[in-house]
Amino acid sequence: MNVDRTEDALVLQARDLHASYGRTVALRGASLSVSAGEVVAVTGPSGSGKSTLLLCAAGVLRPESGRVTYAGRDLGDLDEADRSLLRRRDFGLVLQFGQLVPELSAVQNVALPLLLERHDKAASVTTARDWLERLDAADLADARPGEMSGGEAQRVAIARALVTGPRIVFADEPTGALDTVNGERVLRMLLEVCRQTAAGLVLVTHDNRVAAVADREVALRDGRDEQRVGA
Amino acid sequence: MAIGHVLLGILERGPAHGYDLKRSHDQHFPSARPLAFGQVYAALAKLTADGLVEVAETQQGGGPERTTYAITAAGVDSLESWLGTTESAGPYPADELVRKTVTSLLRGADTVAFLQDQRATHLAVMRDLLAQQASAQNAAAAIAIDHTISHLDADLRWLETAAERVAADRTATA
Repeated sequence: MNVDRTEDALVLQARDLHASYGRTVALRGASLSVSAGEVVAVTGPSGSGKSTLLLCAAGVLRPESGRVTYAGRDLGDLDEADRSLLRRRDFGLVLQFGQLVPELSAVQNVALPLLLERHDKAASVTTARDWLERLDAADLADARPGEMSGGEAQRVAIARALVTGPRIVFADEPTGALDTVNGERVLRMLLEVCRQTAAGLVLVTHDNRVAAVADREVALRDGRDEQRVGA
Repeated sequence: MAIGHVLLGILERGPAHGYDLKRSHDQHFPSARPLAFGQVYAALAKLTADGLVEVAETQQGGGPERTTYAITAAGVDSLESWLGTTESAGPYPADELVRKTVTSLLRGADTVAFLQDQRATHLAVMRDLLAQQASAQNAAAAIAIDHTISHLDADLRWLETAAERVAADRTATA
């Protein structure tokens, strides 16, 4: 896929990030960029800083140094309320175990980001149902997370991440807890919906199947990145 | 021409007799079948005929004649060309991959760069196979593709581990 990677087309750029948890250094100058419609895989051994890089880029964690710019704005300049707003409106987050709210049904989980944005309740539920249908999960609308398989929960989680129409989707090991067949199905759907909405997609992964479908791979080693030409 | 290139890799470190080449080969590839002397001399004859190796010295002592072989400039070019070319991600490329990686390491070449290039080659093939699998008409077609994908996945994991070990080794000896 041809992606415009000029400065103007870059939706998000994280440069020279440093981060640590107490004495444990997680990032030592890692960088990451993603353009509209681009799929970037972040790979590397366990403990190489993949998830920390994703969380910093998504504005969940604040790096100790380095810059994250999104659509020309420096995330470091935003206060917590604005960062939270950005995460809810412009970013979608998919984690390894879905992280759905256990007390809510699938449709309520998917509608939740819209309701937090004070959208009309009935319209939110209708939109949520549409997204569940797009992810082949319409039958699950009234099921709670505890009643779903791992693959089903992950498809619902993808619907929830996409429901606000994010410009970038961050997915941390989205197939990590799934068997091969369900993992491939979830991956195919995630790619398809991001392609349809022209959202950039950042995938943290150990799975070579996931890395293979990316336009570009950012390989981390000891908290630093070594850019690799994508498949 | 895998054995020939492995011999060139050994000869690049200095001229050697056929016996030394066999011993060195068997030492570097303990899991491979030991080379027969006939294989070594057949490979040397072909390398000599191709101008990649030359006779450096022939000793005529009390025992049998002992010939020392040396790599030529064309031999170094051929070795570099072999090491610089990624293997096709075919059904059984692992043996050649291991030979190439070990020879590259012994030579002090940029093995990590080679392993990364090889990873890109494997990922490109895997990407095509995943696309084929998405449109597979039935389970039989899908599982035939799974078989190849699984082998590629195993190779990719080996490539990652090899790169890790090379990097760790480099850090330890730095």
